[in-house]
Amino acid sequence: MMFGEVPPAQEVDPARRIMGLETEFGLHFDAPNSRAVTPEEVAGHLFHSVVEWGRSSNVFLTNGSRLYIDVGAHPEYATAECDSLSDLVAYDKAGERIVQDLVATGETRLASAGLEGSIYLYKNNTDSAGNSYGCHENYLVRRRADFKAFASVLLPFFVSRQIVAGSGCITRTPHGAHYSFSPRADHMWEGMSSATTRSRPMINTRDEPHAHADLYRRMHVIVGDSTMAEPTTRLKVGSTDLLLRILEARLALPDLALAHEMQAIRQIAHDVTGAATVELADGRRMTGADLQEACLEAVRGRLDDVIERTEETEQVLDLWERAIVAVRTGSTSDVETELEWAVKFRLLERYRNRLGCPLDDPRLARLEMAFHDVSPTRGLFNRLQADALVSRVVSEDDIVRATTEPPATTRASLRGRFVREALASGRDYTVDWVHLKVSGTQPQTVLLKDPFRNVDERVDVLLAALDG
Amino acid sequence: MPQTTSSSSPFEEDAPEPDAPAAPTAQSSTDALDSLLDEIDDTIQTNASQFVRSFVQKGGQ
Repeated sequence: MMFGEVPPAQEVDPARRIMGLETEFGLHFDAPNSRAVTPEEVAGHLFHSVVEWGRSSNVFLTNGSRLYIDVGAHPEYATAECDSLSDLVAYDKAGERIVQDLVATGETRLASAGLEGSIYLYKNNTDSAGNSYGCHENYLVRRRADFKAFASVLLPFFVSRQIVAGSGCITRTPHGAHYSFSPRADHMWEGMSSATTRSRPMINTRDEPHAHADLYRRMHVIVGDSTMAEPTTRLKVGSTDLLLRILEARLALPDLALAHEMQAIRQIAHDVTGAATVELADGRRMTGADLQEACLEAVRGRLDDVIERTEETEQVLDLWERAIVAVRTGSTSDVETELEWAVKFRLLERYRNRLGCPLDDPRLARLEMAFHDVSPTRGLFNRLQADALVSRVVSEDDIVRATTEPPATTRASLRGRFVREALASGRDYTVDWVHLKVSGTQPQTVLLKDPFRNVDERVDVLLAALDG
Repeated sequence: MPQTTSSSSPFEEDAPEPDAPAAPTAQSSTDALDSLLDEIDDTIQTNASQFVRSFVQKGGQ
């Protein structure tokens, strides 16, 4: 039985946007003395405790987020719907804690299967063989007939965003190694399409709004790096949201159309001096910093107009500008605690100087892996942050709360409450982004089509019936 | 359900983000970085090649 009338969509302030981040974690079982074991087998043990309470390795959590095993045995965490940058950063960071908390039980189970070793989870984008996995950004946008034209305006922004929001990496080539802005850049194959693993596009056009489809669609961005540094994540998503607001107000962004997007994203990635220029469709040549500055200026030009000057917006604009200056001047001291690629570059360079080795030394590859290890005790990113060598933008308390409590202001609040109470009741239930269902002889389902709605009488009735 | 325990927060709950990043002075941050590298040096150097090569996983999206 479908429960009650689906209420009409609410009127929503254009500055409010539903956003989410999906992260595929690298899964590494280090067991030099045990038999060969597949990532699938390790993932199975890692998710044993999840299956125990959730009866599936694909679950929604009490914090409204989704946890599952994705293609390639990657543990994946998709944040609940968030409508502020601070919530999004907190829920993204909470995901690191949630997957890390599966490790101890996973290792114990592997050991009892005769596999003594350690599980490492990396929030990074490539394994040692160069396979890539990702961080996918989701932005709810108001539906319009010309989505492809609308989104393609953002491609030059996404091609160059790596200079401010990249995670940084050592790139190994037959001619030696160099430092690059983004590990993801080399794995992009086209600007926009509906494909995912087969031919990775920067913007995926698959139309799954998980919401009123006549009003909304989802912009699914897969070009970004997974980022652990909170200021970088806030800038990555915040800058994108600001440009979307301009486009949604039906205002133009500067025409920066690139002649060859896939060539450009690689050219920019591989020149950390920022001097590389890329060709625009109109024949001009610009650097990554030029492209980002044009986007930043477009946003500044709309301040107090379509873009309200909030503290969070000011913080995004401030770091965005300092990041562009850092790339232009080659001086990262002003951003070395905030931009992930700069944090990592500094660490790698310091260690390389100690060892007196070239950049392709395996010990530096090992250091990179340690950087992305999500363990609070082993992981170098976490150690650097604990030593105040990385700045923070959300509090520890917010992250801890986000591991169990849903965001208060979106549909996720209803889902989180439902999961908590359904689990407590012992009843069979199923849940996805838009459905809450209590199973049994008289199954009852609530359809939640408005991701902005955090209060719904139908859910109250459904929850009251759980005890009956 | 996964749970984490809270550790002490370096920030006040409602404290606004300071204008300048809360970075220590250059000298002390250099020291902190070096002592961290001192601490992890053995782990990083031990079987680094083998450790790195053993991490291979199919691609995702």
